[in-house]
Amino acid sequence: MAINWFKYSSPASFYFLAGKMIPLFSIAAIVLGAAGLYIGFFVAPTDFQQGEAYRIIFIHVPAAWLSMFLYVIMAIWSGIGLAFNTRLSSMVATAIAPTGAMFTFLALWTGALWGKPMWGTWWVWDARLTSELILLFLYIGFMSLQAAIDDPRRADKAGAMIALVGVVNIPIIYFSVKWWNTLHQGATVSLTQSPKMATTMLTGMLIMSLACWMYAIAVILIRTRAIILERERHTAWVGELQLQGATR
Amino acid sequence: MSDFFSMGGYGLYVWGSYLVAIVCIAGEVILVFNRRRTLMKHLSLIHQSNKQEKINETAS
Repeated sequence: MAINWFKYSSPASFYFLAGKMIPLFSIAAIVLGAAGLYIGFFVAPTDFQQGEAYRIIFIHVPAAWLSMFLYVIMAIWSGIGLAFNTRLSSMVATAIAPTGAMFTFLALWTGALWGKPMWGTWWVWDARLTSELILLFLYIGFMSLQAAIDDPRRADKAGAMIALVGVVNIPIIYFSVKWWNTLHQGATVSLTQSPKMATTMLTGMLIMSLACWMYAIAVILIRTRAIILERERHTAWVGELQLQGATR
Repeated sequence: MSDFFSMGGYGLYVWGSYLVAIVCIAGEVILVFNRRRTLMKHLSLIHQSNKQEKINETAS
């Protein structure tokens, strides 16, 4: 039985698939979030050096990871949309940007609130912090450029330019701590070496990352569905949707 | 309980971070659901006006 891989690449069928997936991801996000926060605040021990301040890690690191991943995924989808002229790919890229921008802002904000007690300053023009700030501007640039162009298809192509050009910033952010070795500490978590963090701290952080992932997927799917409806409002299937009273 | 909120003296920073995190996430969820609701209203208006036009055409 040949699987039709492209069945869900049509906005109509994707709309209903996403509709079924959103509750799953939302529940997973809530459950994992509660578990992660419980571990982070009640199970993980006090840090010998930073005391309780380090507990910001349970939101700072997931937000930072996600801000980078979401940009790469956004660049991939807008690249596919550009290359294959597939409307849905560009819609997903457009749907990712606001969530990516939110997590980038959150990474910068929580980092500043962590830096004040530990480094003694809210902000420093450190390689990691500066490249993350540039990432925020890239997200905002992507969103505002797309908003400035009326025709959605042309907005997709223009957005793809920023997304693809800006993706070079992601490895810069990731390796900035090694290349420039400025204030921000190096990568603590690595898939190869043995963990340098206490187990409960690491577990709490990884569960929080999963929770943020589930949340991001759920919100992006909801926004993609909204974009699909906005762009396909003249089609027959959206008309039928109205007949049945669009609750699904 | 109170020492839980003091976070070893770092309460401002820890809760400042988590409060803004909750505000950002709740804000985004509210915005995306608002977008969906106004969109649904807009679509049903379009749909009704289309239906009305068909009725007028068949009537005339």
